[in-house]
Amino acid sequence: MAQPRADTPSKIILAESDLHRVVDRIAHQILEKTSGATGTVLLGIPTRGVPLAHRLAARIHAFEGVEVPVGSLDITLYRDDLRLKATRALGRTELPPGGIDGLRVILVDDVLFSGRSVRAALDALNDVGRPSSVQLAVLVDRGHRQLPIRADYVGKNIPTALSESVKVTLTETDGADEVKLLGGLS
Amino acid sequence: MIKHLRSAADLDAATATLILDTAGEMAALSGREVKKLPALRGRTVVNLFYEDSTRTRISFEAAAKRLSADVINFSAKGSSVSKGESLKDTALTLQAMGADAVVIRHSASGAPHRLANWVDGSVVNAGDGTHEHPTQALLDAYTMRSRLGRLDGLKVAIVGDVLHSRVARSNVLLLTTLGAQVTLVGPPTLIPLDVAAALAEKTQVSYDLDAVLPDSDVVMMLRVQTERMQDSYFPSAREYSRRYGLDVARMKKLPEHAIVMHPGPMNRGMEIAPEVADSPRSTIVEQVANGVSVRMAVLYLLLGGK
Repeated sequence: MAQPRADTPSKIILAESDLHRVVDRIAHQILEKTSGATGTVLLGIPTRGVPLAHRLAARIHAFEGVEVPVGSLDITLYRDDLRLKATRALGRTELPPGGIDGLRVILVDDVLFSGRSVRAALDALNDVGRPSSVQLAVLVDRGHRQLPIRADYVGKNIPTALSESVKVTLTETDGADEVKLLGGLS
Repeated sequence: MIKHLRSAADLDAATATLILDTAGEMAALSGREVKKLPALRGRTVVNLFYEDSTRTRISFEAAAKRLSADVINFSAKGSSVSKGESLKDTALTLQAMGADAVVIRHSASGAPHRLANWVDGSVVNAGDGTHEHPTQALLDAYTMRSRLGRLDGLKVAIVGDVLHSRVARSNVLLLTTLGAQVTLVGPPTLIPLDVAAALAEKTQVSYDLDAVLPDSDVVMMLRVQTERMQDSYFPSAREYSRRYGLDVARMKKLPEHAIVMHPGPMNRGMEIAPEVADSPRSTIVEQVANGVSVRMAVLYLLLGGK
């Protein structure tokens, strides 16, 4: 994704408090849809999926006192555009101590776009264990899917043009909680 | 990212750190059940070995295979080299077969540099004569960092046959790039003045091992390379081992946290006593395991992207 220029028009889609509400809602939806989040593992996709997964686990714990194991799943080596771009640094893959075999894995990412990251994540998952089922939670769905993939939990649907880009920042990685739409017409 | 890894001098601090960090992630991945990663699927890595090697060749082969690359092993014995084929003609053959990377070990210093002019793929130096062995330096640095937590400011003594050691040369270049302080220790015949001067910019030279040990975080013992020695560099093996071998008494002079390294293969009883090689301070087996992770990182970073 091309880095937008500094003078690109930008629009705030989710401010800090909105973002927190959205995370709360996804946590509630996970509890509802998985009957109390038992036998569930949250796996964040680096970079921003990981803090999001931790936040969801913390909210689920706050709401119902359930401890949901959290891990991270790096997909770099499984990407289909690996050799089309400059070499990327690797993220961390860290499974919870109990592993993922026979459990419900919820993949967590910040933005769902082409669906290619999720495909890579499914391939990566295949090499680290055999979950009983896999679900997907994303903070933002911006459309333009190139693969037959959909999310089970969506924070916010944002209709976008291909020329626009969605920028998620989180306190843990970027110092502030915010979702912005960059480019296109303001 | 660089295209070739011919010398440890090809690496600046940022690139070297990226390789070590990537190796750390690779090491975590090799702990799991399915060790295979798809990153280099469809790529071909040729191991071109003109000189004998156990751990380096196996290590590169394992690394390439774990990244799903196709590996072709070539050793000079039993190939057209024994019919007199030149390095260049062999290189052109490999080029015609579409090698994406050539890992080369050669007895002639500088062979990888020549090879890089003849092939389109990446060239990785797996040891050339008495010149360099950059992936060994990287795995040594990785081992130091994982055992001691840092490289910056670390005091490293490299002891023994510096003259013939490509491991020493690559380590001096890499470790000083990463901020470590290197002291070369050995008999004057094996650290001649010109070699000392060439490496001296950021390194120190000492001929007295006992004086260096108490102030070292890492002591790296080099193999005495008798196969490369045409002259007698020391009166007897016994005298060498007395003055420059690491035995139990000498090991006790090291600080509590210090580690003992050896690139292998060891001459037990010559430069290193068996009790020292097998002690908890020794990282010799760890170095071999780390070698695979570091070489995976190098192959991935050279070949993985555009």
